[in-house]
Amino acid sequence: MKDLIEIRWHGRGGQGAKTAALLFGDAALASGKFIQAFPEYGPERMGAPVASFNRLSSKPILIHSGVTNPDVVIVLDPTLMESVDVTEGMPEDGVLIINTNKTPEETKKELGVKGRIKVFTVDASTISKETIGRPMPNTPMLGALIRATGILDFKEMIEETKVKLEKKFKSKLEVVEGNLKAIERAYNEVKS
Amino acid sequence: MAKTNIVARTGNEAMAEAMRQINPDVVAAYPITPATEIVQIFAGYVADGLVDTEFVPVESEHSAMSACIGASAAGGRIMTGTSSQGLALMAEMLYIASGLRLPIVMADVNRALSSPINIHCDHSDTMMVKDAGWIQIFSENAQEAYDNMIQAVRIAEEALLPVIVTTDGFIISHCMERIEIIDDKDVKNFVGEKKLGNYLLNVDKPITIGAMDLPDYYFEHKRQHIEAMIESKDIILSVAKEFSGLFGRSYGLFEVYRLEDADCAIVLMGSTVGTAKAVADNLREKGIKAGVLGLRVFRPFPKEEIAQALKNIKAIAVMDRSDSMNAQEGPVCLEVKASLFDDSASPNNVLNYIYGLGGREVRIEDIESVYKGLGEVIKGKSKNKITYLGVRE
Repeated sequence: MKDLIEIRWHGRGGQGAKTAALLFGDAALASGKFIQAFPEYGPERMGAPVASFNRLSSKPILIHSGVTNPDVVIVLDPTLMESVDVTEGMPEDGVLIINTNKTPEETKKELGVKGRIKVFTVDASTISKETIGRPMPNTPMLGALIRATGILDFKEMIEETKVKLEKKFKSKLEVVEGNLKAIERAYNEVKS
Repeated sequence: MAKTNIVARTGNEAMAEAMRQINPDVVAAYPITPATEIVQIFAGYVADGLVDTEFVPVESEHSAMSACIGASAAGGRIMTGTSSQGLALMAEMLYIASGLRLPIVMADVNRALSSPINIHCDHSDTMMVKDAGWIQIFSENAQEAYDNMIQAVRIAEEALLPVIVTTDGFIISHCMERIEIIDDKDVKNFVGEKKLGNYLLNVDKPITIGAMDLPDYYFEHKRQHIEAMIESKDIILSVAKEFSGLFGRSYGLFEVYRLEDADCAIVLMGSTVGTAKAVADNLREKGIKAGVLGLRVFRPFPKEEIAQALKNIKAIAVMDRSDSMNAQEGPVCLEVKASLFDDSASPNNVLNYIYGLGGREVRIEDIESVYKGLGEVIKGKSKNKITYLGVRE
């Protein structure tokens, strides 16, 4: 695996694309990596297409320009693909992970994905409804991301995310449990 | 070596964290994108009792700086934060703070000025107040922003000059990165207690601050202010040396990166310094001798030191993230050229690139094109003296 990994998250305002990038950055930091996590800069509007980004490396990261050639792309909302080219700038051997109830083959065909881009799918919306109680696909996609790429150790990531979520939801610990369950289910259910 | 904790923080969070550890007496501020989080997070520390600070929520930035001036004149250790239009609204009071020699420390998140209205990064705001008599320190990333804030307290109080510490809006202010946080007690020891000179709350020695200063004395007071700015270079370096000794991270007036044997060099400041260093690394692998001079301290301007550092460079590009609307080079380029002018042996192949206005993305390819331009100059080709990088025209 190359030393600098770049990730792009696609979602709609309110779906937690930024939070997912921050959580993933935090988890990667805990495993000893240098990290960046940042949202697409602009006015945030509920429902509008948004993106967020991660960089991970074993060495200090000097670059401070936007991510234009992501090795991994994660799509939180499949309806985005009608209006946004989610594969833009991806290398031939890129990894594309989509929240959908369709199979990777179906999705690949619909999207017209070219080259050797590896497509993974997971029904993160259903998973989050069943575990968290509402459609919040961002945290389960963390599990799918780790399964698809092997970038981080799954156990380490779960533990670090637990710590972060417990801080964020001090008074609602059942939310933490639901999120962790969602991550684990997506990790197990992602299809390639 | 002091103990540090590795954490993930955005630039704004890092600056707020430094402010918590510094524990100033008064913070007066008004929110503005993209600097809002700094004082918002800090206000949380105040509400949670983590700091002893009196937080003054004001109705404008003009009032914020006015409150800072009053509190600093009273004898307190004072901090604030702002950006763009907020800094513009403060401009009148900035001159009063520096003229009164009040060591206020301000976090400034670089953002374009209106109009057209724009919330994204460029250096127009900070460059607008470059002559306000404040020390100006730029940060490449969240780590430097954090370290610069801590050092700024010492610099301000030793130089008796206010200090602006900047980060690039969104690019750094909202980017989460790995940074090392110093233990609270070590920061407390490093900044120490403020040494009080003359101050308004000293009832044993009543003084007037801000009195009328007519032609018989105004010039002498300004000359002292000028001298303080000149002397602050040594203070900045000695504070950096002490900081480096305790915490391991080295700082100077600027950073030289692979410059010693370089043929071509880019001079710039802020977050793009990092991107330029990454591009220089790539070009070095291809045998191109590329270097970077990352300016940390813009005020005072390190004139002699820059001339010395650039003396063997064959072609130099100065990148300005603002334009002075002066129908010639941008502010950083003019200062670099002036630095080189006094020594006839200095290189005179200096190109100016205006870049990134209003948050226009600066890609790796953009920096590569700058080095390419320098390569052509070295080969004897003539190039435009000023290039507007990445603009459609």
